[in-house]
Amino acid sequence: MSKENFLKASLGKKLVMGITGLFLITFLVVHVSLNACIFVNDGGVLFNEGAHFMSHNFFIRVMEIVLFAGIFTHMIQALILTLHNKKARPVAYAVNNGAANSKWYSRSMGVLGSLLLIFFVVHWANFWIPTKVAVFNGEEHNTFENMKAVFSKEYFVAIYMVGVISLCYHLLHGFPSAFQTLGLNNKKYTPMLKTAGAIFSIVVCTLFAAMPITMYLGIIK
Amino acid sequence: MSGNMNLTLKVWKQKNKDAKGALETYQVKGISPDMSFLEMFDVLNEQLITEGKDPIAFDHDCREGICGMCSMYINGRPHGPVKGVTTCQLHMRSFKDGDTIVVEPWRSAAFPVVKDLAVNRSAFDRVIAAGGFVSVNTGNAKDANNILINKDDADDAFNAAACIGCGACVATCKNGSAMLFVSAKVSQLALLPQGQIEKEARVLNMVNQMDEEGFGACSVTGACEIECPKGISLENIARMNREFIGANATKK
Ligand code: HEM
Ligand code: SF4
Ligand code: FES
Repeated sequence: MSKENFLKASLGKKLVMGITGLFLITFLVVHVSLNACIFVNDGGVLFNEGAHFMSHNFFIRVMEIVLFAGIFTHMIQALILTLHNKKARPVAYAVNNGAANSKWYSRSMGVLGSLLLIFFVVHWANFWIPTKVAVFNGEEHNTFENMKAVFSKEYFVAIYMVGVISLCYHLLHGFPSAFQTLGLNNKKYTPMLKTAGAIFSIVVCTLFAAMPITMYLGIIK
Repeated sequence: MSGNMNLTLKVWKQKNKDAKGALETYQVKGISPDMSFLEMFDVLNEQLITEGKDPIAFDHDCREGICGMCSMYINGRPHGPVKGVTTCQLHMRSFKDGDTIVVEPWRSAAFPVVKDLAVNRSAFDRVIAAGGFVSVNTGNAKDANNILINKDDADDAFNAAACIGCGACVATCKNGSAMLFVSAKVSQLALLPQGQIEKEARVLNMVNQMDEEGFGACSVTGACEIECPKGISLENIARMNREFIGANATKK
Protein backbone atom coordinates (compact mmCIF):
# COMPACT_ATOMS: atom_id res chain seq x y z
CA MET A 1 0.00 0.00 0.00
CA SER A 2 1.15 3.52 -0.74
CA LYS A 3 1.04 6.58 1.51
CA GLU A 4 -2.13 7.63 -0.26
CA ASN A 5 -3.80 4.43 0.87
CA PHE A 6 -2.81 5.09 4.45
CA LEU A 7 -5.02 8.19 4.46
CA LYS A 8 -7.72 6.45 2.46
CA ALA A 9 -8.03 3.74 5.10
CA SER A 10 -10.55 4.34 7.89
CA LEU A 11 -7.76 3.69 10.41
CA GLY A 12 -5.49 6.24 8.77
CA LYS A 13 -8.22 8.88 8.80
CA LYS A 14 -8.95 8.19 12.43
CA LEU A 15 -5.25 8.48 13.26
CA VAL A 16 -5.23 11.94 11.72
CA MET A 17 -8.21 12.86 13.96
CA GLY A 18 -6.35 11.60 17.01
CA ILE A 19 -3.06 13.33 16.24
CA THR A 20 -4.65 16.67 15.33
CA GLY A 21 -6.96 16.37 18.35
CA LEU A 22 -4.01 15.89 20.71
CA PHE A 23 -2.21 18.79 19.05
CA LEU A 24 -5.27 21.00 19.61
CA ILE A 25 -5.24 19.92 23.25
CA THR A 26 -1.67 21.20 23.66
CA PHE A 27 -2.80 24.49 22.16
CA LEU A 28 -5.61 24.68 24.72
CA VAL A 29 -3.04 24.40 27.51
CA VAL A 30 -1.17 27.43 26.18
CA HIS A 31 -4.37 29.36 25.54
CA VAL A 32 -5.92 28.76 28.96
CA SER A 33 -2.65 29.47 30.79
CA LEU A 34 -2.17 32.81 29.11
CA ASN A 35 -5.78 33.87 29.60
CA ALA A 36 -5.68 32.85 33.24
CA CYS A 37 -3.40 35.88 33.73
CA ILE A 38 -6.55 37.99 33.98
CA PHE A 39 -7.27 36.35 37.34
CA VAL A 40 -4.33 38.27 38.82
CA ASN A 41 -6.85 41.13 38.65
CA ASP A 42 -4.27 43.79 37.91
CA GLY A 43 -6.37 45.62 35.37
CA GLY A 44 -5.06 43.43 32.60
CA VAL A 45 -1.38 44.51 32.78
CA LEU A 46 0.10 41.01 32.94
CA PHE A 47 -2.43 39.60 30.49
CA ASN A 48 -1.83 42.34 27.92
CA GLU A 49 1.92 41.76 28.15
CA GLY A 50 1.34 38.10 27.36
CA ALA A 51 -1.07 38.93 24.55
CA HIS A 52 1.44 41.36 23.08
CA PHE A 53 4.15 38.69 23.15
CA MET A 54 1.83 36.20 21.45
CA SER A 55 0.89 38.57 18.64
CA HIS A 56 4.46 39.69 17.91
CA ASN A 57 6.68 36.63 18.49
CA PHE A 58 7.95 34.96 15.32
CA PHE A 59 7.75 31.39 16.67
CA ILE A 60 4.17 31.95 17.84
CA ARG A 61 3.28 33.39 14.41
CA VAL A 62 4.53 30.17 12.79
CA MET A 63 2.68 28.03 15.35
CA GLU A 64 -0.47 29.99 14.58
CA ILE A 65 -0.30 28.79 10.99
CA VAL A 66 0.30 25.22 12.20
CA LEU A 67 -2.67 25.64 14.54
CA PHE A 68 -4.99 26.72 11.74
CA ALA A 69 -3.76 23.85 9.61
CA GLY A 70 -4.43 21.51 12.55
CA ILE A 71 -7.97 22.76 13.14
CA PHE A 72 -8.71 22.69 9.44
CA THR A 73 -7.40 19.13 9.03
CA HIS A 74 -9.29 17.99 12.13
CA MET A 75 -12.54 19.46 10.78
CA ILE A 76 -12.17 18.15 7.22
CA GLN A 77 -11.29 14.68 8.52
CA ALA A 78 -14.24 14.88 10.96
CA LEU A 79 -16.57 15.66 8.08
CA ILE A 80 -15.20 12.87 5.86
CA LEU A 81 -15.34 10.32 8.71
CA THR A 82 -18.83 11.33 9.83
CA LEU A 83 -20.19 10.99 6.28
CA HIS A 84 -18.40 7.64 5.86
CA ASN A 85 -19.85 6.44 9.16
CA LYS A 86 -23.38 7.57 8.30
CA LYS A 87 -23.21 5.61 5.05
CA ALA A 88 -22.43 2.42 6.97
CA ARG A 89 -25.92 2.47 8.55
CA PRO A 90 -28.33 3.46 5.77
CA VAL A 91 -31.47 2.24 7.57
CA ALA A 92 -31.88 3.45 11.15
CA TYR A 93 -33.19 1.24 13.93
CA ALA A 94 -36.81 1.83 14.95
CA VAL A 95 -35.68 1.29 18.54
CA ASN A 96 -32.08 1.82 19.60
CA ASN A 97 -30.96 1.92 23.21
CA GLY A 98 -27.63 3.69 22.92
CA ALA A 99 -27.66 4.70 26.57
CA ALA A 100 -27.36 1.02 27.53
CA ASN A 101 -23.82 0.74 26.22
CA SER A 102 -22.17 4.13 25.70
CA LYS A 103 -22.00 7.74 26.85
CA TRP A 104 -24.15 10.23 24.90
CA TYR A 105 -21.21 12.53 24.30
CA SER A 106 -19.11 9.74 22.80
CA ARG A 107 -21.90 9.33 20.26
CA SER A 108 -22.20 13.09 19.66
CA MET A 109 -18.66 14.17 18.74
CA GLY A 110 -19.86 15.53 15.39
CA VAL A 111 -22.59 17.67 16.96
CA LEU A 112 -20.26 18.87 19.73
CA GLY A 113 -17.59 19.65 17.15
CA SER A 114 -20.08 21.61 15.03
CA LEU A 115 -21.14 23.65 18.08
CA LEU A 116 -17.44 24.28 18.69
CA LEU A 117 -17.00 25.47 15.12
CA ILE A 118 -19.89 27.96 15.45
CA PHE A 119 -18.34 29.14 18.69
CA PHE A 120 -14.92 29.53 17.03
CA VAL A 121 -16.38 31.79 14.33
CA VAL A 122 -17.83 34.10 17.00
CA HIS A 123 -14.63 33.85 19.00
CA TRP A 124 -12.41 34.78 16.04
CA ALA A 125 -14.66 37.72 15.18
CA ASN A 126 -14.47 38.88 18.81
CA PHE A 127 -10.72 38.66 19.33
CA TRP A 128 -8.59 37.28 16.54
CA ILE A 129 -9.73 39.73 13.83
CA PRO A 130 -9.51 42.91 16.01
CA THR A 131 -5.98 41.88 17.12
CA LYS A 132 -4.88 41.23 13.53
CA VAL A 133 -6.31 44.56 12.36
CA ALA A 134 -4.46 46.39 15.14
CA VAL A 135 -1.15 44.63 14.43
CA PHE A 136 -1.60 45.36 10.71
CA ASN A 137 -2.17 49.05 11.42
CA GLY A 138 0.82 49.08 13.76
CA GLU A 139 -1.41 49.99 16.72
CA GLU A 140 -1.23 48.53 20.23
CA HIS A 141 -4.32 46.39 20.85
CA ASN A 142 -5.72 46.33 24.36
CA THR A 143 -6.99 42.76 24.42
CA PHE A 144 -8.04 43.05 28.05
CA GLU A 145 -10.39 45.96 27.30
CA ASN A 146 -11.57 44.03 24.26
CA MET A 147 -12.49 41.10 26.57
CA LYS A 148 -14.31 43.35 29.01
CA ALA A 149 -16.35 44.89 26.20
CA VAL A 150 -17.31 41.50 24.73
CA PHE A 151 -18.18 39.99 28.11
CA SER A 152 -20.39 42.91 29.11
CA LYS A 153 -23.00 41.50 26.73
CA GLU A 154 -25.28 38.72 27.97
CA TYR A 155 -25.57 37.02 24.58
CA PHE A 156 -21.80 36.73 24.17
CA VAL A 157 -21.49 35.29 27.68
CA ALA A 158 -24.23 32.77 26.75
CA ILE A 159 -22.51 31.79 23.47
CA TYR A 160 -19.21 31.32 25.32
CA MET A 161 -20.91 29.07 27.86
CA VAL A 162 -22.30 26.88 25.08
CA GLY A 163 -18.82 26.79 23.53
CA VAL A 164 -17.10 25.85 26.77
CA ILE A 165 -19.62 23.16 27.68
CA SER A 166 -19.33 21.66 24.17
CA LEU A 167 -15.55 21.71 24.54
CA CYS A 168 -15.77 20.00 27.91
CA TYR A 169 -17.80 17.07 26.58
CA HIS A 170 -15.75 16.92 23.37
CA LEU A 171 -12.61 16.54 25.47
CA LEU A 172 -14.14 14.21 28.03
CA HIS A 173 -14.47 11.69 25.24
CA GLY A 174 -11.74 12.93 22.90
CA PHE A 175 -8.83 12.92 25.36
CA PRO A 176 -8.85 9.20 26.25
CA SER A 177 -10.18 8.26 22.82
CA ALA A 178 -7.17 9.76 21.05
CA PHE A 179 -4.82 7.50 23.01
CA GLN A 180 -6.86 4.45 22.07
CA THR A 181 -6.67 5.57 18.43
CA LEU A 182 -2.89 5.85 18.71
CA GLY A 183 -2.82 2.30 20.01
CA LEU A 184 -2.40 2.86 23.72
CA ASN A 185 -4.76 0.73 25.79
CA ASN A 186 -3.78 -1.44 28.70
CA LYS A 187 -5.09 -2.28 32.12
CA LYS A 188 -2.58 -0.10 33.92
CA TYR A 189 -2.55 3.17 31.95
CA THR A 190 -6.04 3.42 30.44
CA PRO A 191 -7.86 4.03 33.75
CA MET A 192 -5.22 6.67 34.64
CA LEU A 193 -5.63 8.34 31.24
CA LYS A 194 -9.38 8.44 31.65
CA THR A 195 -9.05 10.12 35.04
CA ALA A 196 -6.41 12.51 33.73
CA GLY A 197 -8.64 13.32 30.75
CA ALA A 198 -11.63 14.04 32.97
CA ILE A 199 -9.61 16.27 35.30
CA PHE A 200 -8.03 18.08 32.33
CA SER A 201 -11.39 18.67 30.60
CA ILE A 202 -13.08 19.96 33.72
CA VAL A 203 -10.19 22.17 34.89
CA VAL A 204 -9.56 23.73 31.46
CA CYS A 205 -13.24 24.33 30.77
CA THR A 206 -13.95 25.71 34.25
CA LEU A 207 -11.09 28.19 33.84
CA PHE A 208 -12.37 29.22 30.40
CA ALA A 209 -15.92 29.56 31.71
CA ALA A 210 -14.76 31.67 34.66
CA MET A 211 -13.38 34.35 32.30
CA PRO A 212 -16.65 35.63 30.79
CA ILE A 213 -18.50 35.11 34.08
CA THR A 214 -16.08 37.01 36.32
CA MET A 215 -15.79 39.82 33.79
CA TYR A 216 -19.54 40.07 33.31
CA LEU A 217 -20.05 40.19 37.07
CA GLY A 218 -17.34 42.83 37.40
CA ILE A 219 -15.17 40.68 39.69
CA ILE A 220 -12.28 41.05 37.26
CA LYS A 221 -11.94 44.66 36.24
CA MET B 1 -49.83 -22.83 33.19
CA SER B 2 -49.21 -20.11 35.73
CA GLY B 3 -46.29 -17.79 35.24
CA ASN B 4 -46.66 -18.00 31.49
CA MET B 5 -46.61 -14.77 29.54
CA ASN B 6 -48.60 -13.06 26.84
CA LEU B 7 -46.49 -10.74 24.73
CA THR B 8 -46.80 -8.26 21.90
CA LEU B 9 -44.03 -8.57 19.32
CA LYS B 10 -43.15 -5.97 16.74
CA VAL B 11 -40.99 -7.75 14.21
CA TRP B 12 -39.28 -6.44 11.10
CA LYS B 13 -40.74 -8.06 7.98
CA GLN B 14 -38.91 -7.58 4.71
CA LYS B 15 -39.51 -9.74 1.64
CA ASN B 16 -35.98 -9.56 0.24
CA LYS B 17 -32.83 -7.46 0.02
CA ASP B 18 -34.39 -4.76 -2.14
CA ALA B 19 -37.91 -4.68 -0.72
CA LYS B 20 -38.96 -2.00 1.73
CA GLY B 21 -39.60 -3.57 5.10
CA ALA B 22 -41.80 -2.56 8.02
CA LEU B 23 -42.48 -3.58 11.61
CA GLU B 24 -45.44 -5.94 11.98
CA THR B 25 -47.27 -6.61 15.20
CA TYR B 26 -47.89 -10.15 16.49
CA GLN B 27 -49.43 -11.52 19.68
CA VAL B 28 -47.99 -14.62 21.37
CA LYS B 29 -49.70 -16.33 24.30
CA GLY B 30 -48.69 -18.79 27.02
CA ILE B 31 -44.93 -18.31 26.67
CA SER B 32 -42.98 -20.12 29.39
CA PRO B 33 -40.29 -18.06 31.16
CA ASP B 34 -37.95 -21.03 30.66
CA MET B 35 -38.11 -20.82 26.88
CA SER B 36 -35.27 -19.24 24.99
CA PHE B 37 -36.02 -16.23 22.83
CA LEU B 38 -35.68 -18.40 19.72
CA GLU B 39 -38.10 -21.00 21.12
CA MET B 40 -40.59 -18.18 21.59
CA PHE B 41 -40.09 -17.40 17.89
CA ASP B 42 -40.64 -21.09 17.07
CA VAL B 43 -44.00 -20.89 18.87
CA LEU B 44 -44.91 -17.77 16.94
CA ASN B 45 -43.85 -19.27 13.61
CA GLU B 46 -45.83 -22.45 14.24
CA GLN B 47 -48.84 -20.28 14.97
CA LEU B 48 -48.27 -18.30 11.75
CA ILE B 49 -47.90 -21.48 9.68
CA THR B 50 -51.13 -22.89 11.16
CA GLU B 51 -52.88 -19.65 10.25
CA GLY B 52 -51.52 -19.96 6.71
CA LYS B 53 -49.34 -16.88 7.09
CA ASP B 54 -45.71 -16.30 6.16
CA PRO B 55 -43.45 -17.32 9.06
CA ILE B 56 -40.69 -14.96 10.17
CA ALA B 57 -37.27 -15.74 8.73
CA PHE B 58 -34.47 -15.66 11.31
CA ASP B 59 -31.01 -17.20 11.48
CA HIS B 60 -29.95 -19.78 14.06
CA ASP B 61 -27.83 -22.87 14.10
CA CYS B 62 -26.19 -24.16 17.28
CA ARG B 63 -28.62 -22.65 19.79
CA GLU B 64 -25.89 -22.90 22.39
CA GLY B 65 -24.12 -19.59 21.99
CA ILE B 66 -21.20 -20.66 19.84
CA CYS B 67 -22.07 -20.27 16.17
CA GLY B 68 -23.02 -16.59 16.20
CA MET B 69 -25.92 -16.96 13.76
CA CYS B 70 -28.83 -15.77 15.91
CA SER B 71 -28.71 -12.09 15.01
CA MET B 72 -31.66 -10.19 16.48
CA TYR B 73 -31.78 -6.58 17.62
CA ILE B 74 -34.11 -6.76 20.59
CA ASN B 75 -35.57 -3.61 22.17
CA GLY B 76 -32.70 -1.55 20.84
CA ARG B 77 -29.85 -3.90 21.80
CA PRO B 78 -28.13 -6.73 19.92
CA HIS B 79 -29.09 -10.08 21.47
CA GLY B 80 -31.39 -8.28 23.92
CA PRO B 81 -30.96 -6.92 27.42
CA VAL B 82 -28.72 -9.54 29.07
CA LYS B 83 -24.95 -9.06 29.07
CA GLY B 84 -22.68 -11.73 27.59
CA VAL B 85 -25.28 -13.83 25.80
CA THR B 86 -26.47 -14.48 22.27
CA THR B 87 -30.17 -14.48 21.39
CA CYS B 88 -30.39 -18.26 21.65
CA GLN B 89 -29.10 -18.02 25.23
CA LEU B 90 -31.55 -15.26 26.17
CA HIS B 91 -34.47 -16.58 28.16
CA MET B 92 -38.01 -15.32 28.34
CA ARG B 93 -37.63 -14.83 32.10
CA SER B 94 -35.80 -11.63 31.16
CA PHE B 95 -39.20 -10.24 30.07
CA LYS B 96 -42.49 -9.61 31.82
CA ASP B 97 -46.03 -10.64 31.02
CA GLY B 98 -47.64 -7.97 28.80
CA ASP B 99 -44.31 -6.62 27.48
CA THR B 100 -44.00 -5.27 23.97
CA ILE B 101 -40.76 -6.44 22.34
CA VAL B 102 -39.37 -4.87 19.18
CA VAL B 103 -37.16 -7.16 17.09
CA GLU B 104 -35.13 -5.87 14.14
CA PRO B 105 -32.36 -7.28 11.96
CA TRP B 106 -28.73 -6.08 12.22
CA ARG B 107 -28.67 -2.79 10.34
CA SER B 108 -25.49 -2.27 8.39
CA ALA B 109 -24.72 -1.42 4.79
CA ALA B 110 -22.30 -4.36 4.82
CA PHE B 111 -24.94 -6.83 6.11
CA PRO B 112 -27.82 -6.71 3.59
CA VAL B 113 -31.11 -8.15 4.81
CA VAL B 114 -31.83 -11.49 3.16
CA LYS B 115 -35.34 -11.74 4.54
CA ASP B 116 -36.99 -10.40 7.71
CA LEU B 117 -34.42 -10.84 10.50
CA ALA B 118 -31.86 -12.80 8.50
CA VAL B 119 -28.91 -10.81 7.21
CA ASN B 120 -25.99 -11.75 5.00
CA ARG B 121 -22.76 -11.60 6.98
CA SER B 122 -20.48 -12.84 4.18
CA ALA B 123 -18.61 -9.53 4.47
CA PHE B 124 -16.98 -11.01 7.58
CA ASP B 125 -15.88 -14.07 5.61
CA ARG B 126 -14.24 -11.87 2.99
CA VAL B 127 -12.40 -9.94 5.72
CA ILE B 128 -11.10 -13.26 7.08
CA ALA B 129 -10.12 -14.47 3.62
CA ALA B 130 -8.12 -11.26 3.15
CA GLY B 131 -5.69 -12.12 5.94
CA GLY B 132 -7.17 -14.00 8.89
CA PHE B 133 -4.99 -17.07 8.42
CA VAL B 134 -1.48 -18.45 8.91
CA SER B 135 0.51 -20.44 6.36
CA VAL B 136 1.84 -23.84 7.46
CA ASN B 137 3.82 -26.56 5.75
CA THR B 138 1.94 -29.69 4.86
CA GLY B 139 3.24 -33.04 6.04
CA ASN B 140 3.25 -34.63 9.45
CA ALA B 141 1.52 -32.78 12.22
CA LYS B 142 4.03 -31.01 14.46
CA ASP B 143 4.28 -31.76 18.13
CA ALA B 144 1.90 -29.61 20.11
CA ASN B 145 3.55 -27.01 22.35
CA ASN B 146 6.98 -27.23 20.74
CA ILE B 147 7.00 -23.46 20.30
CA LEU B 148 7.02 -21.74 23.67
CA ILE B 149 4.50 -18.93 24.07
CA ASN B 150 4.40 -16.34 26.81
CA LYS B 151 1.42 -17.10 29.08
CA ASP B 152 0.00 -13.54 28.92
CA ASP B 153 0.15 -13.54 25.12
CA ALA B 154 -1.41 -16.97 24.96
CA ASP B 155 -4.25 -15.78 27.21
CA ASP B 156 -4.83 -12.63 25.18
CA ALA B 157 -4.79 -14.59 21.93
CA PHE B 158 -7.20 -17.11 23.37
CA ASN B 159 -9.56 -14.38 24.57
CA ALA B 160 -9.47 -12.73 21.14
CA ALA B 161 -10.13 -16.09 19.50
CA ALA B 162 -13.36 -16.36 21.49
CA CYS B 163 -15.02 -14.09 18.88
CA ILE B 164 -17.81 -16.03 17.16
CA GLY B 165 -18.31 -13.56 14.32
CA CYS B 166 -21.88 -12.81 15.37
CA GLY B 167 -21.81 -9.21 14.18
CA ALA B 168 -23.34 -7.70 17.34
CA CYS B 169 -20.45 -5.23 17.45
CA VAL B 170 -21.32 -3.94 13.98
CA ALA B 171 -25.03 -3.94 14.79
CA THR B 172 -24.71 -1.83 17.92
CA CYS B 173 -21.99 0.57 16.74
CA LYS B 174 -23.36 3.97 15.75
CA ASN B 175 -20.97 3.82 12.78
CA GLY B 176 -21.69 0.22 11.83
CA SER B 177 -18.00 -0.38 12.44
CA ALA B 178 -16.48 -3.86 12.38
CA MET B 179 -13.37 -2.83 14.31
CA LEU B 180 -13.99 -5.16 17.26
CA PHE B 181 -14.43 -8.20 15.06
CA VAL B 182 -11.51 -7.41 12.74
CA SER B 183 -9.23 -6.51 15.64
CA ALA B 184 -10.05 -9.77 17.42
CA LYS B 185 -9.14 -11.69 14.27
CA VAL B 186 -5.95 -9.68 13.75
CA SER B 187 -4.99 -10.04 17.43
CA GLN B 188 -5.50 -13.78 17.83
CA LEU B 189 -2.80 -14.33 15.19
CA ALA B 190 -0.57 -11.31 15.75
CA LEU B 191 -0.04 -12.34 19.37
CA LEU B 192 1.36 -15.76 18.49
CA PRO B 193 4.72 -16.73 16.97
CA GLN B 194 2.95 -18.58 14.15
CA GLY B 195 1.26 -15.36 13.11
CA GLN B 196 4.41 -13.31 12.62
CA ILE B 197 5.18 -14.21 9.01
CA GLU B 198 2.10 -12.55 7.52
CA LYS B 199 1.90 -9.95 10.29
CA GLU B 200 2.17 -6.76 8.18
CA ALA B 201 0.23 -7.93 5.15
CA ARG B 202 -2.51 -9.30 7.40
CA VAL B 203 -3.49 -6.08 9.11
CA LEU B 204 -3.22 -4.00 5.93
CA ASN B 205 -5.28 -6.42 3.85
CA MET B 206 -7.92 -7.04 6.49
CA VAL B 207 -8.39 -3.33 7.19
CA ASN B 208 -8.56 -2.67 3.47
CA GLN B 209 -11.23 -5.36 3.03
CA MET B 210 -13.13 -4.04 6.06
CA ASP B 211 -13.28 -0.60 4.44
CA GLU B 212 -14.24 -2.02 1.07
CA GLU B 213 -17.18 -3.87 2.58
CA GLY B 214 -18.62 -0.54 3.73
CA PHE B 215 -18.15 -0.82 7.50
CA GLY B 216 -17.72 2.48 9.36
CA ALA B 217 -14.75 3.76 11.36
CA CYS B 218 -14.21 3.58 15.12
CA SER B 219 -15.42 6.46 17.33
CA VAL B 220 -14.35 4.61 20.50
CA THR B 221 -17.83 4.79 22.06
CA GLY B 222 -17.15 1.34 23.52
CA ALA B 223 -20.66 0.08 22.73
CA CYS B 224 -19.26 -3.01 20.94
CA GLU B 225 -17.29 -4.15 23.97
CA ILE B 226 -20.39 -3.91 26.19
CA GLU B 227 -22.65 -5.76 23.74
CA CYS B 228 -20.19 -8.43 22.57
CA PRO B 229 -21.48 -11.81 23.82
CA LYS B 230 -17.89 -13.05 24.14
CA GLY B 231 -16.43 -10.10 26.03
CA ILE B 232 -13.93 -9.13 23.32
CA SER B 233 -12.00 -6.14 24.68
CA LEU B 234 -11.29 -2.73 23.14
CA GLU B 235 -7.63 -3.53 23.83
CA ASN B 236 -7.79 -5.54 20.61
CA ILE B 237 -8.74 -2.43 18.64
CA ALA B 238 -5.80 -0.53 20.15
CA ARG B 239 -3.56 -3.48 19.21
CA MET B 240 -4.87 -3.41 15.65
CA ASN B 241 -4.18 0.35 15.51
CA ARG B 242 -0.60 -0.35 16.63
CA GLU B 243 -0.25 -3.14 14.07
CA PHE B 244 -1.61 -0.82 11.39
CA ILE B 245 0.77 2.01 12.27
CA GLY B 246 3.70 -0.42 12.46
CA ALA B 247 2.84 -2.11 9.17
CA ASN B 248 2.57 1.23 7.40
CA ALA B 249 5.86 2.40 8.86
CA THR B 250 7.80 -0.73 7.87
CA LYS B 251 6.19 -1.85 4.62
CA LYS B 252 8.38 -1.93 1.56
C1 HEM C 1 -10.03 23.01 20.40
C2 HEM C 1 -10.71 22.32 19.60
C3 HEM C 1 -10.76 20.83 19.49
C4 HEM C 1 -10.08 19.87 20.20
C5 HEM C 1 -9.07 20.06 21.32
C6 HEM C 1 -10.51 18.59 19.70
C7 HEM C 1 -10.04 17.38 20.16
C8 HEM C 1 -10.46 16.15 19.72
C9 HEM C 1 -9.93 14.89 20.13
C10 HEM C 1 -8.78 14.70 21.11
C11 HEM C 1 -10.62 13.93 19.49
C12 HEM C 1 -10.44 12.43 19.65
C13 HEM C 1 -9.78 11.82 18.46
C14 HEM C 1 -9.80 10.32 18.55
O1 HEM C 1 -10.80 9.74 18.98
O2 HEM C 1 -8.79 9.71 18.17
C15 HEM C 1 -11.60 14.56 18.68
C16 HEM C 1 -12.53 13.89 17.91
C17 HEM C 1 -13.45 14.52 17.10
N1 HEM C 1 -13.53 15.87 16.82
FE1 HEM C 1 -12.49 17.32 17.76
N2 HEM C 1 -11.44 18.77 18.71
C18 HEM C 1 -11.62 20.13 18.54
C19 HEM C 1 -12.45 20.76 17.63
C20 HEM C 1 -13.31 20.09 16.77
C21 HEM C 1 -14.13 20.74 15.79
C22 HEM C 1 -14.21 22.24 15.51
C23 HEM C 1 -14.83 19.74 15.15
C24 HEM C 1 -15.84 19.78 14.04
C25 HEM C 1 -16.01 20.63 13.15
C26 HEM C 1 -14.44 18.49 15.74
C27 HEM C 1 -14.96 17.28 15.39
C28 HEM C 1 -14.56 16.07 15.93
C29 HEM C 1 -15.18 14.80 15.64
C30 HEM C 1 -16.38 14.56 14.71
C31 HEM C 1 -14.48 13.83 16.36
C32 HEM C 1 -14.78 12.35 16.44
C33 HEM C 1 -14.31 11.59 15.26
C34 HEM C 1 -14.79 10.18 15.36
O3 HEM C 1 -15.99 9.93 15.44
O4 HEM C 1 -13.97 9.29 15.36
N3 HEM C 1 -13.50 18.73 16.71
N4 HEM C 1 -11.49 15.92 18.82
S1 SF4 D 1 -16.25 -9.19 18.46
FE1 SF4 D 1 -17.92 -9.95 19.77
S2 SF4 D 1 -19.74 -8.92 18.92
FE2 SF4 D 1 -18.16 -8.74 17.37
S3 SF4 D 1 -18.44 -10.51 16.01
FE3 SF4 D 1 -16.93 -11.15 17.58
S4 SF4 D 1 -18.18 -12.10 19.18
FE4 SF4 D 1 -19.61 -10.93 17.91
S1 FES E 1 -27.78 -19.99 17.41
FE1 FES E 1 -25.62 -20.31 17.54
S2 FES E 1 -25.01 -18.67 18.81
FE2 FES E 1 -27.16 -18.49 18.84
